Amino acid sequence: MKKLAASLSLAIALALPGLGQARPVTLTTQLQAYGGNAAFLAFYVTDANGVYKKTLWVAGKNAKYYKNLRDWARGSGLRASEFDGVSGASVGSGRALKVTVELADALIDAGYQIRVDSAVEDKPAYPADVRAPLTTKDAGKPVAGRGYVKSFTYTM
Amino acid sequence: MMRQLHSLVGLVAAVLVMLLALSGAILSLDPTLDRLDATVPAEGQISVATLAGRVAQHYPGAEQIQRTPSGTILVYYERNGQVGIDRVDPLTGQRIAPYAPSAFSRWVKNLHRSFLLDTPGRVVAGILALIMLVLVISGAVLLVKRVGGWRHVTGPLRGTPVQRWHAQVGRVVMFGLLLSALTGLYMSAATFEFITDGTQNEPEFPSNVAAGTAAPVTALPALQAVDLHDFRELVYPDPNDPAAVYSLSTAQGDGYVDQVHGALLSYLPHGGARRAYELIYRLHTGEGLWWLGLLLGLCALSVPLMSITGTLTWWQRRKSMPRIAANSGAQAADTIILVGSENNSTWGFAGALLDALTQAGLRVHVAAMNQLASEYRHAKRLFVLTSTYGDGDAPSSAQRFLTRLPKVKVNPDTGFAVLGFGDRQFPQFCKFAKDTDAALHAHGWRRAMELDTIDRQSVQAFSRWGNAVAKLIGQELTLVHTPVRPRTRAFELIERVDYGQEVQAPTSILRFRAVAREGVAGRLLRLLGGNGLPHFEVGDLVGIVPPDSVIPRFYSLASKSSDGFLEICVRKLPEGLCSVFLHGLKLGERIDAFIQLHPDFRPASGKAAVILIGSGTGIGPLAGFIRNNTGKHPMYLYWGGRDPASDFLYEPELSEYLADGRLTGLHAAFSRVKDGAYVQDKVLDDATQLRQLIESGAQVLVCGSRGMAKGIAQALDEILAPLNLDVHKLRTQGRYREDVF
Repeated sequence: MKKLAASLSLAIALALPGLGQARPVTLTTQLQAYGGNAAFLAFYVTDANGVYKKTLWVAGKNAKYYKNLRDWARGSGLRASEFDGVSGASVGSGRALKVTVELADALIDAGYQIRVDSAVEDKPAYPADVRAPLTTKDAGKPVAGRGYVKSFTYTM
Repeated sequence: MMRQLHSLVGLVAAVLVMLLALSGAILSLDPTLDRLDATVPAEGQISVATLAGRVAQHYPGAEQIQRTPSGTILVYYERNGQVGIDRVDPLTGQRIAPYAPSAFSRWVKNLHRSFLLDTPGRVVAGILALIMLVLVISGAVLLVKRVGGWRHVTGPLRGTPVQRWHAQVGRVVMFGLLLSALTGLYMSAATFEFITDGTQNEPEFPSNVAAGTAAPVTALPALQAVDLHDFRELVYPDPNDPAAVYSLSTAQGDGYVDQVHGALLSYLPHGGARRAYELIYRLHTGEGLWWLGLLLGLCALSVPLMSITGTLTWWQRRKSMPRIAANSGAQAADTIILVGSENNSTWGFAGALLDALTQAGLRVHVAAMNQLASEYRHAKRLFVLTSTYGDGDAPSSAQRFLTRLPKVKVNPDTGFAVLGFGDRQFPQFCKFAKDTDAALHAHGWRRAMELDTIDRQSVQAFSRWGNAVAKLIGQELTLVHTPVRPRTRAFELIERVDYGQEVQAPTSILRFRAVAREGVAGRLLRLLGGNGLPHFEVGDLVGIVPPDSVIPRFYSLASKSSDGFLEICVRKLPEGLCSVFLHGLKLGERIDAFIQLHPDFRPASGKAAVILIGSGTGIGPLAGFIRNNTGKHPMYLYWGGRDPASDFLYEPELSEYLADGRLTGLHAAFSRVKDGAYVQDKVLDDATQLRQLIESGAQVLVCGSRGMAKGIAQALDEILAPLNLDVHKLRTQGRYREDVF
């Protein structure tokens, strides 16, 4: 499903090069071997102050637990329209997640960040586990997380 | 019905329920361990503002402070690009140690709620909580029925040791297990969103936040107003965001606190659903209620014992139930056979009747008298075959019959016939059969055949009764029942002590050992140090089949199998085939015998004093009880013989027991001496002491002849009258038991 969504967005991006509004971005996330249940992760864009703009991807199926991804939950208001079609399975301890999403050009090199909130059942939750500046020159550079995320890289 | 439900559900779920209970018991320690680690200041001593101020001194970059239900304070902070979590002392704000929750505990928790299988496992755990609830409730109903009402639930228990363990432990843990099951079921329902837990409601994020310079955390009124005891969580605002606020969670509700004035914004109190969920969660886990956690854990630890004793009880009952091949349903059958039996011999006759009637083309339903149905819609005939127990009482499979009978719908088409089994030597010959016949008639059932009786399993008499039945159904019927010789084992005489020749009451104490079995099984048993005896307790019966006979004679056992020998006390009766045979035995000679459990005759559990009363050979099991009284509970023996010089049975042993404290008081009466007395007289002499003992909970066990038992019951009624108590009441409380012959 996510692959379909991703290729669809890619197809749209390629089919409409003239508009130039969006491009595919690949998010690669390696988790620590923290030992425990699979982690819920929320990838989203904020401004420099951490004010929520847009959801990129949510790893974790059961929306009941989304409120533990605290900053993202507050920013997105947990409205289904914010994460429709951009969610997938949660990520096990020590595992990696690689997912391609669509990102508006206007958000790149404009002072925004990609943030990742993480949460694991019966363990502490980490809002802003990752804060990565969203610029063309920072793309491809691994960023260390503060919680369950060992390293995070985005490429475009 | 309730019993089948309890057994079936219990058997099916035993292993998983044990796993659930054991993991729960391990988890129950967590709240206590957490509480031991935590410093909990008195209520009203520290506010959240004070705590946050102390924490700020040691953790300038703190992001979050949490208080666990046990009172542990956790601080989240960033260090070297990683979030660290420390346990801190609420009195100083100083670090105690890094927070490292146990991985083992988390694993056990996962096992407990999902068998490590995530969602499918959680479904199973939820179903098991429901099963636990069914087991506790059905078990409680069975227990109450068994002891005869809620008022007697704490009273003494009867049954085999396994049954008693099951009931004894069950009545102690039942409320703990009920609480665990109910709360577990609720939590499972909340997980699957059948019930709302109220956590969906979060306060709106405040839209208008005061601008200005942030005040120190200690100066914020909204934080000063919250006591540490009500505190759950405080999340610090993002330092880069001037519009950011603190998030505050307390036991009562959630809200935000602005950094400038410290006002509480968008506060949302917890709703009823949330409060209920939190309470139930705490009741289940014991979080913040460490003592409850430990109690529930102890109750959970009993579950493996309950599963094992329950399974054994089911197996024992199943083994003792005779096999009925072709049995029709109670409502479909045109002919009903109800059986009242103490030691299953009546079932053999019922089986023969069933076979003959089935061959005659009838649809026959056979059941124990206790399993009387509430109606028999198509029954044309009702046959009741029953023996009598003790002094005219109901045998064990018919004990509830007479109380149930009035509740059964009388079918005018049904004609009944009662057949009694017994031994004419006893005064109350077929008394219970007569009572049953009269009761059926009194409740409006139509008598199709007069009451008939079978003396000493007479095959001829049974066959004659069959002719009458043939006339009733208007068909040829041959009723042949050959009593099956019970499966016996060989025992050999190893010791005998003879008494009473001089007073015309030759009585012997005979000790046997099991004859070693041949083959691998026997060798293995000896290698394991077994004595080869089948399992029995003092007070059980041994059925001895004399040579050239198929009908066993029963004797009360004076030893238990772990004593290493089988002991009985037998008086020689001039006409008694079996007693003459036993008295003629020389050392090394053999008998064929089997064990018949008799769990109703033994001291009940508990520390109450035991009054043992007997005469003649009735002393056998009583001496056995005393021998095994290694716990030295108070035991008093009243016993009557003829002459101390000739038939003072067990005299050397009894002196030894008196000396070492296993026996508290010995009162022997002898009838054939100057100023002779009977045991009843001794009992009446000691009226004051006996009244006091019984008033403070003592139980009475009577063993011996029918006449003596009657005399004792009269004497005790007289003694107990001032207490407004009598033998009948004691009997219903399980405090008066008889083994009479």
